[in-house]
Amino acid sequence: MSEDIIRRDPRAEWIARNRLHPLHQTMQASPAETRGPSGLIRRNPHAVGFIGPNGIKRIDRMNASGPATVGGRRAAGAAKEVELPLHRVENPDYYIAVVPDMVGGRLNGHDKDVIGQAHKLIGEIGGNGAVLTIVFGEHREEAFDKAGVDRLLHLQGDEYEGYSPELRVAALAQVEKEYAPRYWLLPDSVAAGFELGCRLAARIGERPATQAWQVGAEQTICRGAGGTSDITRQTPRLLLLAEECADQIDETRHEVLPVELVGTVAGHASIRDCGQVAVDPNAIPLAEAEFILSAGNGVSDWAQFHQAAEALGATEGASRVAVDDGNMPRFRQVGATGTWVTARVYVAVGISGAIQHMQGIGQCDKVIAINTDVGCDMVKRAALSVIGDSSEVLAELIRLAKAHRQEVVENAA
Amino acid sequence: MQPDKQNASLRITALVSVGKHPGSGRARRAEQDARAVEMAMTLAPEGLEVLHAGDPQADSLRAYAGMGLKRLRVLQQGTNADAVPALSQYLKQQKPDIILTGVRAESGESSGMTPYLLGEALGLPVVTRIAEIVSIDHGEANLLQALPRGQRRALRVPLPFVASVDMAAAAPRQSAFGPASRADLESQDIGMAVMDEVKAAWSEAPARKRPKRLKVVKAKTAADRFKAATAKSSGDGGKVLRDKPASEMAQAVFDLLLEEGVLR
Ligand SMILES: Cc1cc2nc3c(=O)[nH]c(=O)nc-3n(C[C@H](O)[C@H](O)[C@H](O)COP(=O)(O)OP(=O)(O)OC[C@H]3O[C@@H](n4cnc5c(N)ncnc54)[C@H](O)[C@@H]3O)c2cc1C
Repeated sequence: MSEDIIRRDPRAEWIARNRLHPLHQTMQASPAETRGPSGLIRRNPHAVGFIGPNGIKRIDRMNASGPATVGGRRAAGAAKEVELPLHRVENPDYYIAVVPDMVGGRLNGHDKDVIGQAHKLIGEIGGNGAVLTIVFGEHREEAFDKAGVDRLLHLQGDEYEGYSPELRVAALAQVEKEYAPRYWLLPDSVAAGFELGCRLAARIGERPATQAWQVGAEQTICRGAGGTSDITRQTPRLLLLAEECADQIDETRHEVLPVELVGTVAGHASIRDCGQVAVDPNAIPLAEAEFILSAGNGVSDWAQFHQAAEALGATEGASRVAVDDGNMPRFRQVGATGTWVTARVYVAVGISGAIQHMQGIGQCDKVIAINTDVGCDMVKRAALSVIGDSSEVLAELIRLAKAHRQEVVENAA
Repeated sequence: MQPDKQNASLRITALVSVGKHPGSGRARRAEQDARAVEMAMTLAPEGLEVLHAGDPQADSLRAYAGMGLKRLRVLQQGTNADAVPALSQYLKQQKPDIILTGVRAESGESSGMTPYLLGEALGLPVVTRIAEIVSIDHGEANLLQALPRGQRRALRVPLPFVASVDMAAAAPRQSAFGPASRADLESQDIGMAVMDEVKAAWSEAPARKRPKRLKVVKAKTAADRFKAATAKSSGDGGKVLRDKPASEMAQAVFDLLLEEGVLR
C-alpha cells in the first residue's frame, strides 16, 4: 500500500492556487479523479475537460485524447485498473459460515452467489458480521478477496483430499462448536454442497431449507416437490442455496484473514475412496463432458485427431465445417445449431471461432486454441493459444500423453 | 468384520415414496425410488423388502408392486406425519444389510434428508448417489458412485449401510397391472406418528418462475455503457505462443491440461 501514500508538493500546490502563475495552466491538467487519504474517490469537477479553441469548455467523455498528467499524482494507466475499497471486519460479533464446492480448486459462480447471499444476510441483520469460508484440501483460487471472503479456514491434509465427506462433516461439526456461526450456507449442487449440507444438518440437528432461492433474515422461499412448488418458511440456520440466489460481490475487496481450528477433528471414515473409474469419454454426452478436444477445418489428419482424443482421454467435438464435410458425425457439432457445451477445458484445434461456434462454448472455463492464424477470434477467447500446424502439435501431444501414462503406470507399480 | 455374505442371504430394504409427475402432477412411482427397487431386485431377489411409511391406500404404491414384488410393507401413518422416526424404529428392529432410498423425493419437502437422518439415527455410513452395487465380498460392498459429467467413482463400504440411488442407475423394469393387483400390501400400525409441526407453519404454492439474472453493466458513464454493449470478444487475451518448436508449444498445452486436472 506504500505507493498509495500521497506526497504533497507545496510548490505545485501553490502554483495550482495561483491562477496568475505562468505554469498554472499545466498544473490544471491533474486528473479529475484522485483517491483521497481515506481511500474514497474524490472528483474535482473543475479539472474535467479543457478549453476548446473557441473558448468553450469541452468535456471529452471518451477520454480518447488522454491528457498527460502533470503534478506527479497517479499515472493515467494505473488509474485504469480500479482498486476496490477494502471491507474490514474487526472482532466480528458473529460469523456466517460458507462451505463452497471449489470444483477444480476454484470458486465457481454458484459459490460466489452463496458468498453474496451471506453478505446480504449480514446487511439485513446488521452488526459486525464476518463471512467465514471453509475450504478443504488444495485449492487454486487467487481471488478470495474479490469474492467476499472475510475469514478463511483452510483445512489441509491428505485426509481431506478426494472423497471424504465423513471427515469433512466432522471438521464442520468442530467449526460449529468453536465458532457457532449464525447461519450455515452451502450451495445446493450435485458437486458436493448438497451432500455435505445434508450430512451436516443431520449431525448438528438442524432442519435445512433446500433449493432456497429467496432468503432473508426472516423468511425463506425454497423449492419443494422436486422443483414444482415453492415453500415459504421461516429462515432456518442451515441453508442449501440454489444458483443465482443473490448477487455476487463485485464492489469491495475483503480481508481473507486466515483462521484456524483450536480443537482436533474427531472423525472416522468408513467409506473408502478407490478413485475415479475410467469412463469412455465418448460415451459421455457432449453437453456434460468436462474436457473436449474439438476439431475444425484446420484438421487434415483425422485418424491422428481421434488418436489424440483417445490418448488425452477427451470427448470429441467438432465445428460445423468439420461435420458438413463428413469428417465427424452431426451429434458432435458444437455451437448454435449443435450442442451448447459446458466443458471446463475446451481445446479448439483448427477452429476459427465463428460467432455461431463461440455461442456454444460460452460457458467453458479454459479455452485452448491450436491454430495457424494469430488474428482469429478463437485466439482472442483462449487462455492459451498455440500458433502452429495442428498435426505437428497433435503429434507432440500424443507423444506427451503416452509418456505421461507410462510414468503413471510405472509409479503405481 | 462380518462373515462372508452370499447374495442369497443378503437383505436389502428399499424405501419408496409417492412420486409426482413433473408435468401433470399426477401421483406415480418415483423415478429414483423405482431404480432403488430395481437395484435391490437384481441383487437380492429373495431378501428384498420394499417399505413405505404413509397411507397404505395410495394408488402409486401398486406401481411398485407391479414390478413383480410379492409383498410391500407399509407403516401406516397420517400424511402429515414425519416418516423418519417410524422408519428408523422399524429398521432398528429389522437390521437389513443395505437400505436403499432415492436422492430426493418428488413430492413434499423433497429435501433429500431421509437417508442422512436414517444414517445418523441408526449409526450407519451413508453413501450418496450410487449408480451400481458392483459386488459384495468380505462384508464390504464395492459401489460405483455417479458424479456430475457422466463420471463414476469407485467406493468400498462395510455392510450395513444406507445408500441413495442416482438417476444414473439402471432404469427400472415396467410395472404391470396383473402383478400389481396380486401383490400383498401388508400394512401395519406401529403405534407412533410424530406429527411434523414445523412443517405446519409453512405455506406451499405452485412454483413461481424465478427471475433470470440480467447482466448488469455497472458503468458510470454513457461511453462505458456503450463500450460494454458493443464490445466484441474482449481481447484480454491469454498467452500466445508462436514461432517455437512444436514440442515446446505442445508441452505448454499439456502442462495446462495437467494443472487443470483433466488428464488421468
Ligand atoms: C445459421 C448458421 C448456423 C451455424 N451454426 C454453427 C454451429 O452450430 N457450430 C459451428 O461450429 N458452426 C456453425 N456455423 C458455421 C460457422 O459460421 C463457421 O462457418 C464455422 O464454425 C467455421 O468452422 P471452422 O472454424 O472449423 O472453419 P474455418 O472458419 O475454415 O476455420 C479453420 C481454422 O483453422 C485454421 N487452420 C487451417 N489450417 C490449419 C492447420 N494446418 N493447423 C492449425 N490450424 C489451421 C485456420 O487458420 C482457421 O482459423 C453456422 C453458420 C450458420 C450460417
